[in-house]
Amino acid sequence: MLKKRIIPCLDIRDGRTVKGINFVDIRDAGDAVELAKRYVKEGADELVFLDITATIEKRKTLTELVTRVAQEINIPFTVGGGIHSLDDARAIIKAGADKVSLNSAAVNRPELITEIAGQFGSQCVVLAIDTNFQDNEWIVYTHGGKTPTGLRTVDWAKEGEQRGAGEILLTSMNNDGTKDGFAIDITAAVSEAVCIPVIASGGAGAPEHFSEVFTKTKASAALAASIFHFGEISIPTLKDYLKTQNIPIR
Amino acid sequence: MIAIIKYNAGNITSVRNAVERLGYDCRVTDDISVIQSAEKVIFPGVGEAGSAMIYLKNKRLDEIIQSLVRPTLGICLGLQLMCRHSEEGDTKCLGIFDTEVKKFPALDIVPHMGWNNMAVEGSPLFTGFGRGDTVYFVHSYYAEICPETISRCDYILPFSAAMQKDNFYATQFHPEKSGDVGERILKNFLAL
Repeated sequence: MLKKRIIPCLDIRDGRTVKGINFVDIRDAGDAVELAKRYVKEGADELVFLDITATIEKRKTLTELVTRVAQEINIPFTVGGGIHSLDDARAIIKAGADKVSLNSAAVNRPELITEIAGQFGSQCVVLAIDTNFQDNEWIVYTHGGKTPTGLRTVDWAKEGEQRGAGEILLTSMNNDGTKDGFAIDITAAVSEAVCIPVIASGGAGAPEHFSEVFTKTKASAALAASIFHFGEISIPTLKDYLKTQNIPIR
Repeated sequence: MIAIIKYNAGNITSVRNAVERLGYDCRVTDDISVIQSAEKVIFPGVGEAGSAMIYLKNKRLDEIIQSLVRPTLGICLGLQLMCRHSEEGDTKCLGIFDTEVKKFPALDIVPHMGWNNMAVEGSPLFTGFGRGDTVYFVHSYYAEICPETISRCDYILPFSAAMQKDNFYATQFHPEKSGDVGERILKNFLAL
């Protein structure tokens, strides 16, 4: 049976992880490769690296990091942040990333989804959608959640699928950082509306939140950052819990 | 030396990294003499069947792959191209495995993406493969079950997760992306 995926997200700045980590046996907590290896050992099903610097002069650092990660990691990983062109995507994929995630750049120029999918296949293209609930509607935001677009979230997800995205990474800005659980309604709506996998993101604070999103929506995967980084929930503990809830887990 | 066939398919870097991590010398190449003299050949691939076959034909790599006598491992699109025919682009393939490649019916999420179980038969490729072990798949097309099937996976319908005929092996899943379980399968192949 196909397993639900648990995906830690690592925020990267200048080639290093940003958030503090209290894992005891990592020598250099800021080293993205060390942390990634730790997560792989603990049973992470995939990894996402999100480059939050993403200025042009720092792109080379990111490509070097991707090369190192690819040399050491034997599970799939996605790289996002600052991918604005087919050339950006090509550099990251050539360095060894399995998928690239597009956010603002795809809203600005939706053809980019099709261009990358055409060259490297849909399975390479993750459409990242940041969504915010306002005036009774889930709306797409870009530029790290600063800019409202007026696009309705379900419509944009469907357009992304049609244009060739292979997966959707859906982050609820209302839930992100609250630790009160994932946004069930919009995750359910998007995962019903498209036929490609949806990764739920934003709001994870307890193992119950993961079982909730997997039982109440068709999400294929759930992503979290701080609860893993700060050791509030360990991946093995989370996975053991989900197995007791009869959720298919590796 | 292990030859990894270079053609217009994505993410060959992962396969090279995985082989190097296991301590083998390898070359990513489309040089016919290098491929023919390699101890083992890996035919990886993520991409589209039609354009991949055109590329292989232009480089004469189609007949070279068919005539290999050393252990050869197709991965993902590599497996599909080793079949008789693919629905993707209505493509005539290499015909090493006498079976059809079809698109998954849209009865569930497509692509089949993620970690899944499979039932394996006694093949040297699966030495040490345990019940409950999982491997990583990402594909929208599948090879039908056939006499050469050595592993079955069930997603929407039963399909070939791995096949073997003579010196030819192939996996639909990505051993290079399947953690320790995949590493072991790759190691089994390299030790043949």
